[in-house]
Amino acid sequence: MKNKNLVSITDFTKEEYLKILELAAEFEKKPRQDILKGYVISTLFFEPSTRTRLSFETAINGLSGRVIGFSDSGATSASKGETLHDTIKMVSNYADLIVMRHPLEGSARLASEVSSVPIVNAGDGANQHPSQTLLDMYSILKTQDTLENLKIFMVGDLKYGRTVHSLLQAMSEFNTTFYFISPDELKMPATYKLHLDKMGLEYYEGKDLTEFLPQADIIYMTRVQQERFTDPIEYEMVKNAYILRKDMLEGTKETMKVLHPLPRVNEIHPDVDESPHAYYFDQARNGVYVRMAILSSILGVK
Amino acid sequence: MKDKQLSVSAIREGTVIDHIPATVLFKVVSILNLDQLDTMITIGNSLGSEKLGKKGIIKLSKVFFEDNDINKIALVAPCAKLNIIRNYEVVEKRVVAIPDKIVGIVKCVNPKCITNNEEVTTKYEVVSKSEVKLKCHYCEKITDQDNIEII
Repeated sequence: MKNKNLVSITDFTKEEYLKILELAAEFEKKPRQDILKGYVISTLFFEPSTRTRLSFETAINGLSGRVIGFSDSGATSASKGETLHDTIKMVSNYADLIVMRHPLEGSARLASEVSSVPIVNAGDGANQHPSQTLLDMYSILKTQDTLENLKIFMVGDLKYGRTVHSLLQAMSEFNTTFYFISPDELKMPATYKLHLDKMGLEYYEGKDLTEFLPQADIIYMTRVQQERFTDPIEYEMVKNAYILRKDMLEGTKETMKVLHPLPRVNEIHPDVDESPHAYYFDQARNGVYVRMAILSSILGVK
Repeated sequence: MKDKQLSVSAIREGTVIDHIPATVLFKVVSILNLDQLDTMITIGNSLGSEKLGKKGIIKLSKVFFEDNDINKIALVAPCAKLNIIRNYEVVEKRVVAIPDKIVGIVKCVNPKCITNNEEVTTKYEVVSKSEVKLKCHYCEKITDQDNIEII
């Protein structure tokens, strides 16, 4: 993986996913190491994302690397009209690796073609956010002891949610059975279902959240956002149908875990937080170990 | 009459692109950058055609295309036919086929794609040919047949 870009989750193979997850487990056992000493990593956040940026910077600091960058493009030359092309050309002179978040889709791919150092995509618009996918996979592996043959429920906005799309792409390598639960307006796009057909995987689609829950190994919740609906009345009608409450978890498998990329708004009721099934806050912590694994394998120190 | 017809018809060596739908003739001209050529070109448009209603035809003297170049026009004129002319005779007939990759030519349908916001040459993988679907190399979104806009 040395010097490889991580722009899209499909840039990595199944073996590489597993290698990253194995390394993440090592970092979880020993989260303070100085293997990135002497390395400079640039975090370029052209749009703000506190959670992702802090997670990357915590990972870099934990491994004794140094960070340069910005957390909002308002304070940079981008606001003077500098192109992404030029910003990346300049920064790749200073840093050993660039972590970037940008509002435009495809920006990270372009950066990877321009940059002389590897690019890790920390989100390009609604397109890809591969480190999120790897931390989701790490959370699944940690709680289920395997990635193979699981039943994963994806709930909420399956049309625009990039996290579910990338997770679907990655988990399709592990003989997963998918259950897509969403309002009609926000169904999983045909492209992804076609991909599952090609892989020979089973999937189910439905509108009712509770119907098949006892079979679930993982429930992956996403936010149903009002701005996705052209008709506000439609939104009012569906918004409460995709809220997970504690009583709905009765009868589910003991090992079943609820994941959510966060931030949540109201789609998981706070009474789920105390349930042993709730895993979304642990999931966020796993992000640091996974990002340590991504950075150190791309820099070739692990 | 006879003289007039002769002056625009036969070419000695070159390529005739026939069966171009009349509405896309000038798109074909632009895709193939024919305005850059200084060899003799004859363009006819809105000619009667049983198959297409109205068709366009382009005769290019001393020009021969590589498959990769000519296949680009399949995006707008999938039923176009090529006649290769040597010494006034048609020595070969070819049809166009949609290539596996498209570089340039097409605008990405996604307004939030980096290629619509910064000076970047578009690139696509052709994921379906029967009903054309192009997957953007950058934003990974699909541009389908109905949304293909030639740059």
